[in-house]
Amino acid sequence: MTEEAVPLDGNAAAGPLAALFAVEPTTIMITCEGCGREGALATLKLYGGAMGLILRCPECDTANLRFSDAGTRATVDLRGSTRLTLSGAKPRR
Amino acid sequence: MTPTHLPWRIATVAAAKPESARAKAILLDVPGWPGHLAGQHLDLRLTADDGYQAQRSYSISSAPAGEPQLEITVERVDDGEVSPFLLDELREGDPLELRGPIGGYFTWVPGDGGPLLLVGGGSGVAPLMAMLRARTRSGDRTPVRLLYSARTVDELLYRAELDRLADEADGFELIATLTRGAPEGWTGEQGRIGREMLAARGFPPEERPRIFVCGPTPFVEACADALVALGHEGGRIKTERFGPTGDLK
Repeated sequence: MTEEAVPLDGNAAAGPLAALFAVEPTTIMITCEGCGREGALATLKLYGGAMGLILRCPECDTANLRFSDAGTRATVDLRGSTRLTLSGAKPRR
Repeated sequence: MTPTHLPWRIATVAAAKPESARAKAILLDVPGWPGHLAGQHLDLRLTADDGYQAQRSYSISSAPAGEPQLEITVERVDDGEVSPFLLDELREGDPLELRGPIGGYFTWVPGDGGPLLLVGGGSGVAPLMAMLRARTRSGDRTPVRLLYSARTVDELLYRAELDRLADEADGFELIATLTRGAPEGWTGEQGRIGREMLAARGFPPEERPRIFVCGPTPFVEACADALVALGHEGGRIKTERFGPTGDLK
């Protein structure tokens, strides 16, 4: 892709992350190790796509989550996050 | 890896209806579809004869219930590798591989309350359309305003349906704006959605509207910043960006 990279957001990471997350991932609250911001995974800046992606803090740009999927092996690297919180887990359907 | 709780399914194209010169509504029969919430999306995967795969996310624009088929809205991305195929090659009866429903953050369910301020740029109106349709289908009367920006009048999606819904005067108000010139007789807004238009046509912060903003990244960021500047609580503004995926860096 030659155009300048414009980040999307964590909403678009939900499908790929389902490889490792049994719960719907976009409402998980992530606390940034860089600045302490806590926000839903959906609000993080997304770079990459289905095969590999990075979610960055929209405040300080710290990489909070890296994900790769090589087909037979999927990995989530959470360096850059201090806490993941799932709350109010009311079933939405 | 394919998660067991989100399997790829083979859908069948039931119809592909032009929505504008650059977009089509694609109706899909999806055996085993577990149902969805307004605002959720699906992942679509195309596989070429040589095994090359391309995957894209599309918002679901049909209501969660009461419609026989799932609908996505596909707008042409010039030089794209997926949208030209979907718009030019796909025919009724063709199989299409997809998985979903996906997402839970950018969703609205009748009963969640409002008022509801929906802000859409271009085909970012698709998930907002699902919310409007969900409201209508369920008989919900949450006050809702849709601020919808398109470049030209020909690029306004769902125009007839939106006009019809607005005519029902059941608490839904449509505010359409054109950013690249309006035809003679146009009675809507002109220019980009910014702080002024959001202040004049949106709900005031005191009414604590639930706000959903969807569109290309620059559109979403400009609207979200303007809404925060107007005094809306950040926690009540939900955003979803779409566009060509950013490179890893």
